[in-house]
Amino acid sequence: MTNHPGGVDGLPEELVAKFDRELAEVLKRYPPDRKGSAMIPALRIGQRLFGHASPAVQALAADRLGTSPSRAEEVATFYVMLETHPTGRHLVEVCTNVSCSLSGADQLYAELRRRLGVEGGGTTADGRITLREVECLGSCGTAPAMLVDEEMHEQLTPQKVDRILGELK
Amino acid sequence: MSDTLVLSSRWGKPNSAALATYRADGGYQALDRALGMEPAAVVEEVKKSNLRGRGGAGFATGLKWTFLPKDVRPRYLTVNADESEPGTFKDRYIIEHDPHLLVEGIALTCWALDIHLAYVYIRGEFAKQARILEAAIAEARAAGIIGPRLLGKKDFDLEIHVHRGAGAYICGEESALLESLEGKKGYPRLKPPFPAVVGLWGKPTIINNVETIANVPWIVTHGGEAFAALGTGKSGGTRLFGVSGHVNRPGVYEKPCHYGLKKLITEDAGGVLGGRALKAVIPGGSSAPVLAAHEIDISLEFDAVKAAGSMSGSGGVIVFDESTCMVRVLARLSKFYAEESCGQCTPCREGTHWMEGILERIEAGHASAADVDRLEQVANSIAGNTICALGDAAAMPVQSFLKKFRPEFLAHAELHRCPHGDHGWGLTQVTRDAVAGPVRYAR
Ligand SMILES: Cc1cc2nc3c(=O)[nH]c(=O)nc-3n(C[C@H](O)[C@H](O)[C@H](O)COP(=O)(O)O)c2cc1C
Ligand code: SF4
Ligand code: FES
Repeated sequence: MTNHPGGVDGLPEELVAKFDRELAEVLKRYPPDRKGSAMIPALRIGQRLFGHASPAVQALAADRLGTSPSRAEEVATFYVMLETHPTGRHLVEVCTNVSCSLSGADQLYAELRRRLGVEGGGTTADGRITLREVECLGSCGTAPAMLVDEEMHEQLTPQKVDRILGELK
Repeated sequence: MSDTLVLSSRWGKPNSAALATYRADGGYQALDRALGMEPAAVVEEVKKSNLRGRGGAGFATGLKWTFLPKDVRPRYLTVNADESEPGTFKDRYIIEHDPHLLVEGIALTCWALDIHLAYVYIRGEFAKQARILEAAIAEARAAGIIGPRLLGKKDFDLEIHVHRGAGAYICGEESALLESLEGKKGYPRLKPPFPAVVGLWGKPTIINNVETIANVPWIVTHGGEAFAALGTGKSGGTRLFGVSGHVNRPGVYEKPCHYGLKKLITEDAGGVLGGRALKAVIPGGSSAPVLAAHEIDISLEFDAVKAAGSMSGSGGVIVFDESTCMVRVLARLSKFYAEESCGQCTPCREGTHWMEGILERIEAGHASAADVDRLEQVANSIAGNTICALGDAAAMPVQSFLKKFRPEFLAHAELHRCPHGDHGWGLTQVTRDAVAGPVRYAR
């Protein structure tokens, strides 16, 4: 692991510079001697800029926050919203927990798997969509709910899902 | 029973999240008032109010605040906006519709407890809510309400920051939340010491739920006794009850703490969807033991629900109609707990996966009556034997479903299939489309 600005293990320099700029903003929220607290936000920034929280991204975050890479790896693998492997261009995450399934989410998710031709967790052949089921999204009163690229969609109907997926490039 | 709205009176008004409308409605006057009081007097009002934590455990808030050691500084406040317990969806509406109410509650709490740095830990999936809250905090800072001086009047430095999680139910557990906020995986800590003594970065830390803190401005304005009088016995104030599942009008309803569960379902939430019969209710988030239809004529007050053998928990009421397969529901819940167990202790890590596996087999018709007994044994061996309460949370649904709906589990074993076939979740979608409208809250 090299530690000169913008030269981390094959990650594009300009993106590393961008990572550092965004991270500097986030670090303002924590006491200067508690930089390690920014691990989740750092990995999220890395994931957005570099596609996923790869080992190189984990190493970058660890380096900038002064922690060990194994700490970064632990965090990257613990949280479901941190992706340690590449995903499709869009991430569609359907809640199938109880309140949503009582409102039809289970059927909706089955229908989506069939239409996209993927199993849960799979990515369409064209790399457009990764589909998975997730746990309760805190939208039980407006069930069924799903996240598309981390934005919430609620009160889903088959028609609404069609429209939302149709807009994904 | 009073219809006073402590938390939701501004929901749905135009621009209710903006500082200008909050101020026009009398916002930040409680803070102004508190700055003229001794901090200890604010704590005294909260004690008198009988405010109990709205995050799940119902612990007395004023009492918790007194656990801070007198002479250790700094102290921190972390506000729990993880809201991940299935069936719970209330804190998000406070943040969406009235974020300044939360900011004012935080400022009051920090003033009362001599805290100068507060974090709101919000679940990663609440992207919109995090943006709204960050905007409100920025507005309050720009207006000089927080920052180096409170309300531009009092030299009292206060910073509030939003810290977003990244998808892990366990991070709602207070000590896992602290680990996560310290940039680690969310492994709950052994207690004691409790966070009020050894918390964030090893310093005394108060952790309260969003709804808990959002009550503080009203308490300061109207006094602790008036708040206590909105509730009953040891539970003061109103609560936000979220009703979901098979009801005609799902939504969040603000009601006195001791409101009737039956009334909430049959009147406020419009009764069971499609006029079908009620089968069961989970009254306080997915971890709360299930109640059968004939058991719901109770008060929702914490101790009353406890006396009825369940928990009022996070106020998330999940309603099941007669067409629901209870095995399917429990199998899905057990999958959730198996997924979310952090894996630190053996009974929880292993037990939740065993329960998930056995329940999948029962639902698929591949299990015997002996498996039903085994399921119960596994649940009994988790309860009480773990580092954090997730173990109990996983066991309680299993124990209560078996206690109240055992014949259904045995029927699956005997028939070697699910008696409900493909319709175990009820025949809901069609009816739901007809009623889907704007979110209903608290009217
Ligand atoms: C597994 C688990 C998950 C929890 N999730 C939440 C949560 O999402 N939000 C919350 O406020 N409290 C949650 N709690 C309760 C917290 O540990 C803590 O009791 C609460 O935040 C304290 O605030 P209160 O006293 O204001 O309720 C959870 C507890 C456990 C054991
Ligand atoms: S009870 Fe479960 S979630 Fe809690 S610490 Fe143990 S393994 Fe982790
Ligand atoms: S069960 Fe799907 S959002 Fe809560």
